[in-house]
Amino acid sequence: MLNYIWMLMLAAGFLVAAMDGRLEEVTKAAVSSAGDAVELCIGLLGVMCLWTGLMGIAEKSGLVSNISKAAKPVLSFLFPSIPKNHPALGAVMMNMVANFLGLGNAATPLGLKAMGEMQKINPRKRVASDAMSMFLVLNTSAVQLIPATIIAVRSAAGSGNPTEIIGTIWVASLCAATAGIIAAKFFSLLVYKRGKHGNY
Amino acid sequence: MEIIKVLSAYALPVMFLLILSTGAYKGIRVYDVFVEGAKEGISTTVRIIPTLVGLMVAIGVFRASGALDLLVYAVKPAAYVLGIPPEALPLALLRPFSGSASLALVSDIIKVYGADSFIGRVVSTMMGSTETIFYTLAVYFGSVGIRNIRYTLAAALIADAVSVVASVWICTAVFGR
Repeated sequence: MLNYIWMLMLAAGFLVAAMDGRLEEVTKAAVSSAGDAVELCIGLLGVMCLWTGLMGIAEKSGLVSNISKAAKPVLSFLFPSIPKNHPALGAVMMNMVANFLGLGNAATPLGLKAMGEMQKINPRKRVASDAMSMFLVLNTSAVQLIPATIIAVRSAAGSGNPTEIIGTIWVASLCAATAGIIAAKFFSLLVYKRGKHGNY
Repeated sequence: MEIIKVLSAYALPVMFLLILSTGAYKGIRVYDVFVEGAKEGISTTVRIIPTLVGLMVAIGVFRASGALDLLVYAVKPAAYVLGIPPEALPLALLRPFSGSASLALVSDIIKVYGADSFIGRVVSTMMGSTETIFYTLAVYFGSVGIRNIRYTLAAALIADAVSVVASVWICTAVFGR
């Protein structure tokens, strides 16, 4: 997918520039953007190290598994088809907490484990279960406690207050997660009522 | 809406204290573990340099040529209907496909308009509240061999659209336009 987007942007850019007679400017932009990319990464380094360092402590101290335990009751509402005490529930929870804390590297393997566990109790192996759909909808609209990357980008760009968007990000993601949960529940009930696929 | 500003101001310090005190309570050598974890930040950030070079060059060419202005002009009616600043709409379209491309676009927009401008705040909020839907679904469903994903994409895209509109709304409410 990205292959096409990337090619399209470059091709469209050079084409429009050629028609407009701005090829020289565009060439300059291409060269300076390459430098900008490296500068951006150097600007990000400080905040990213600070955050991954702090998160290292959070992981080691068991904060992740403690939050997971506390949030268990919410899960039975979101994933009614997963039996209580099934390992799938634990993996789902750990992945959601890792996402919440912005632990990208830890979240993916946990998420894949959760998918594997949910697949074990999925009666139709090639069709997504309701639990899987809910899990992925939550995963793609997840609330992030400290959006470290965007804070780093803002601080590298010389923002007067790089963290001022934390609260607005929370509100926007909460809206998104709520909409996602309602949509997923609505679709699963709709499908169930029509009796097409069954409620699994 | 003052409460949102307060939450933003306290979020990071509270997390710091919470993490440090839990670490100390569990008897962890917090500084050593911190340094060890910070090393991971270097490799993650350095590893995205090639990706960002490729994408930022594409965005730089796209913007300098005037093609971005054409795109923004073309989506203006749709942006107007949704109440989104037209400059932020290309990000909304790109975000579900690629996280690193969106990051490159966000830093480009922030460079042009400023991090503390209305558009800068909106794209920051959009970037933080949305996810790379297509990639995530492909990886997770692919890992267990699911072929029929039923309503998952539809529900994820609804959530994504809501977060775009909500980003504009909450930034207007908290920071003013």
